[in-house]
Amino acid sequence: MELVPLLLKILYAAIMLVVVLTIAGYSVLIERKVSAYQHGRIGPNRTTTPFIRPIPVIGPLLTRLGIIQLPADGLKFLFKEDFTPPYVNRPFFWAAPLIAFVPSLAVIAVIPFGQYTSPLTGEMIPLVLAPMDLGVIFVLAIGSLSVYGVVLAGWGSNSKYSFLGGIRSSAQMISYELSLGLSIFPVFLWMNAPGSDAGLSLSSVVEAQNTMWFLITCPLSAFLFLVGIFAETNRLPFDMAESETDLVGGFHTEYSSFKFGLFFVGEYGAMAVGSALFVLLFLGGWNFLPFLANPWPAGWIGSVLSVLWFLVKVVGMITFFVLIRWTLPRYRFDQVMKLGWTVLLPLAIANLIVNAAAVAIHDLW
Amino acid sequence: MAETKVLERKPLSLAERSNLPQIVSGLKTTVSHMFRKKVTLQYPEVRPTLPEGYRGVPTLVHDPHGREKCVSCQLCEFVCPPKAIRITPGEIDPEAETAHVEKAPKEFEIDMLRCIYCGLCEEVCPEEAIFLQDVYSMTGYSREEMVNNKEKLYELGGTLPDHHYKWDKKRAAEDAAKARGYAHS
Ligand code: SF4
Ligand code: SF4
Repeated sequence: MELVPLLLKILYAAIMLVVVLTIAGYSVLIERKVSAYQHGRIGPNRTTTPFIRPIPVIGPLLTRLGIIQLPADGLKFLFKEDFTPPYVNRPFFWAAPLIAFVPSLAVIAVIPFGQYTSPLTGEMIPLVLAPMDLGVIFVLAIGSLSVYGVVLAGWGSNSKYSFLGGIRSSAQMISYELSLGLSIFPVFLWMNAPGSDAGLSLSSVVEAQNTMWFLITCPLSAFLFLVGIFAETNRLPFDMAESETDLVGGFHTEYSSFKFGLFFVGEYGAMAVGSALFVLLFLGGWNFLPFLANPWPAGWIGSVLSVLWFLVKVVGMITFFVLIRWTLPRYRFDQVMKLGWTVLLPLAIANLIVNAAAVAIHDLW
Repeated sequence: MAETKVLERKPLSLAERSNLPQIVSGLKTTVSHMFRKKVTLQYPEVRPTLPEGYRGVPTLVHDPHGREKCVSCQLCEFVCPPKAIRITPGEIDPEAETAHVEKAPKEFEIDMLRCIYCGLCEEVCPEEAIFLQDVYSMTGYSREEMVNNKEKLYELGGTLPDHHYKWDKKRAAEDAAKARGYAHS
């Protein structure tokens, strides 16, 4: 590979990393603000810095919106005492936050986030870091690695609460992985029905939803995927790994300071990536609205608009995640298992069979 | 005897067992709350309105004539359950106008790290000199700072209306008795 394209790629990757981390960070703010509003509170509205406060209208507005809260929280994590309890298994204890953090970020490499229509040829190129033909498989494979971070944290912490959290979350993730994987097969069955050959990349999913979203054509798949994503990202009502009411902090009970921060950001990063996946697979990615042709003009303006529209959808999904968290109580562990194995898995299999039959009939017609 | 009504417990319907209608109605509740009026009080700028009879920090008060009411009888010191009060009794200067009250505290300390805000001192005081008023935020950087001395107590307490002017009446009675030739004890 030549040097210049390589350096460009690295630059793009760095930019993307920053953007995703920012989104992950600000989803914490979304969480705090939305939960506050649901409780009839105001949420963070005081943190400010000397050079932002004096700006006439914008300063107080930014302060009220809590924009500075995020860097303040990040710094707080950095400067806290990083305490490693004496009874932990050190290699595992130190590896766990990284293993939980890295996969959720590695996945962003294959996530497309916009399109560029060449004004000359009219050809449409998806904007993505690594255009991979097996995008979906990559996402499922790498994304599910982050469970090892949780398991290792539970195991290496050598404490009962962490251990229980680790066990619960590994059982839960393995159970929901199945229905999660099965739920997206119908989408790809339809895309690759005889006569069309779209492959397994995420950008082709978006192309296939040009006028019709898969949310409308495969609603059951969308629902199963949504539930699966909730379980995979350990969000309520499935936050078995953490369940702070009965396990103190679950798998990260023994963590402090920056290591805890890594878990924290990894969790919200996983939520952002999960939202992006749902948007790509079922909400049409950066396509405007179902039944409507894309209004994005050719050239860079269209690209920017498509990226912004995609981000709007992702933030909408993140808000939905948050709304659900502050609405539902946590399922009991046995209920989670029962739901996963006796309801979601059969549903996913049935969904797959029905859709496969439908594709076959469609082909015979 | 009250009649017992046995309620029939219906098995859950499929919709109920799927939890989905419940999730939707739950979302409706929480989302509707997002648009209601916020109940947050912006605390240091906006203070809550305290109900009448609120028991805040115990304070010492003056009467409207500016006389310090406490006569250092030490009843509050003895009644105080956590022994938060420490009084050093003192005598009033015999030349003073209120010399007939005879006693006043030389030093009066309430340790706010001990006080439990029970209000017994206010209740027991025969002179209506000590009141738990509306100060609710006591902070300090050291233990010493958390002990309110006499000066601080009067500063916090201020002046409260008096219904009796007991000592003025006493002196009036004394003077009247003297005028009629009786020696008042
Ligand atoms: S405050 Fe009241 S009870 Fe306490 S010493 Fe003074 S007069 Fe007596
Ligand atoms: S309020 Fe109760 S605890 Fe406090 S000083 Fe008075 S008697 Fe003691």
